[in-house]
Amino acid sequence: MSAALQLDDVAIRFGGVQAVDGVSFAVEQGDFVGLIGPNGAGKTTLIRIIAGLLRPDKGRVRLSGIDVTPDATAARVRRGLALTHQIVRPFRAMTVLDNVVLGAGYRRTSSPFRAMLHVDRRRENERAARILAQVGLGGTESKLAGSLPLGQMKRLEVARALAVDPQIILLDEPLAGLNHAEASKQVETIAEVHGQGITVVLVEHNLEEVIRICRRLIVLNNGQVIGDGKPREVMADPVVHDAYVGGGMVSHAEA
Amino acid sequence: MSAYEISIVSIIGINVILAVSLNMISGFCGQISLGHGAFFGAGAYAAALAMVGTASVPLAIIAAALTGSLLGIVVGFASLRVRTDFLAVTTIGVNFLFVGFVRKQAWLGAEMGISGIPATGLGAAGNMTMILLFAAATIALSFYISRSWMGFAFRAVGEDEGAAATLGINSGAYKLAAFGIGTALAGLAGGLYTFFTQFITADAFDFIFSVMLMAMVVIGGIGSTWGVVVAAVGLTLLPEAIRFVNDYRLLVFGGLLVLVIRLAPGGLAALMQRAFLLTRRS
Repeated sequence: MSAALQLDDVAIRFGGVQAVDGVSFAVEQGDFVGLIGPNGAGKTTLIRIIAGLLRPDKGRVRLSGIDVTPDATAARVRRGLALTHQIVRPFRAMTVLDNVVLGAGYRRTSSPFRAMLHVDRRRENERAARILAQVGLGGTESKLAGSLPLGQMKRLEVARALAVDPQIILLDEPLAGLNHAEASKQVETIAEVHGQGITVVLVEHNLEEVIRICRRLIVLNNGQVIGDGKPREVMADPVVHDAYVGGGMVSHAEA
Repeated sequence: MSAYEISIVSIIGINVILAVSLNMISGFCGQISLGHGAFFGAGAYAAALAMVGTASVPLAIIAAALTGSLLGIVVGFASLRVRTDFLAVTTIGVNFLFVGFVRKQAWLGAEMGISGIPATGLGAAGNMTMILLFAAATIALSFYISRSWMGFAFRAVGEDEGAAATLGINSGAYKLAAFGIGTALAGLAGGLYTFFTQFITADAFDFIFSVMLMAMVVIGGIGSTWGVVVAAVGLTLLPEAIRFVNDYRLLVFGGLLVLVIRLAPGGLAALMQRAFLLTRRS
């Protein structure tokens, strides 16, 4: 069986900066992977390449074995990829429920003309309400999404991602900006998502939580993979350690 | 009905089709177009040529809607590249290009326009009835689209294309659909205008007219079909009822536009909704 997500020698350069420099890895179906690295390591760029917001200069991106390198974001979502944004982007003028219903109706919105022929939303409404309850947003359905506090907006991002029936979910800093209580609830939700058999790729600064919940860590630095394996083993690696506590700066200055 | 009343009602019907169709593009899908007059004009000229050539009303209507829509989809492709203010400026340019082009084309009557267009044979009252039927159908279509998944996706694209993409919505396809449908209706309105006047010149489709249509949409409440219909009727009648408004039309419309944007950005529709909520609470 092919990997849920596979990157082959992906690279991109911005002017004089090689932001991502030949990254390859495969994420197996059902895995729970943390993608970490110091600031400027190329995490966000790599996420944008996987999401289809940036075209790499070379290399391929595959979802369940299918090459999606030339596809735009919407097409990748239809191939089973879901993503959450680091900075929350709900449709503020819509209700919380409608934000999720729109995702749940992804089969209806595959083309404008199919969308034009359908009005009924009952099934999607029910499904969206179930997802909201699952992420702990039950009771907020009729509120405007723009009126939610940040902690709940972050959960809404996860709810919307779940609504598109993903095989793999890419979470871009789902804990950023949350207080301790909110963060641990969010981690619980993410663990439940993984428990449903969905492959999770988590980009997160909160190392403590990442090491605690991920099964595998991939560490990026200067656009390259410098560590890949079980979280504790990877963090014990002196190369990874150096990148985080300043040794990386020295090698960067020498380079 | 007097001939004057028939002509006013006909113009109201045409303006309702234009404002409601512009609202589909700018209100539902969030693509600000300030060149709706160009699609209206394209439809009017297509219908005029079809009438002069064949004198067939159905053919003229189809030609009008098709021509408006084709030009609209071309401009829609621009909306895939440029956004918000830049799209507004691009559509203004399209409007000026249209008028400038038509004025120089001998086969379109150049500065003199096209006159002596054959009558539909329905008479003034018959034309008016046809216009009102099409206006009613346009309003019904607008309500239907707003309720359908298409309207739902339009709202998402209008609010945040990036977020829409993460829900699997191909923004480009939806923007093209909004332009295609909205401008087909503008073209249709152009055809009806040709039947009504039997004489067209490029001046009727200029940028100022496009701004008046946008004023109807904004004053009515961008995105609200009812609000836009009420504003289109009201703003068409106002210059007829009050002589001052007719003399200073641009001044009055411009002033109203500024007042609405400053004091009630949701337009008439939002004001009505607020009043309704207040009376229900008390």
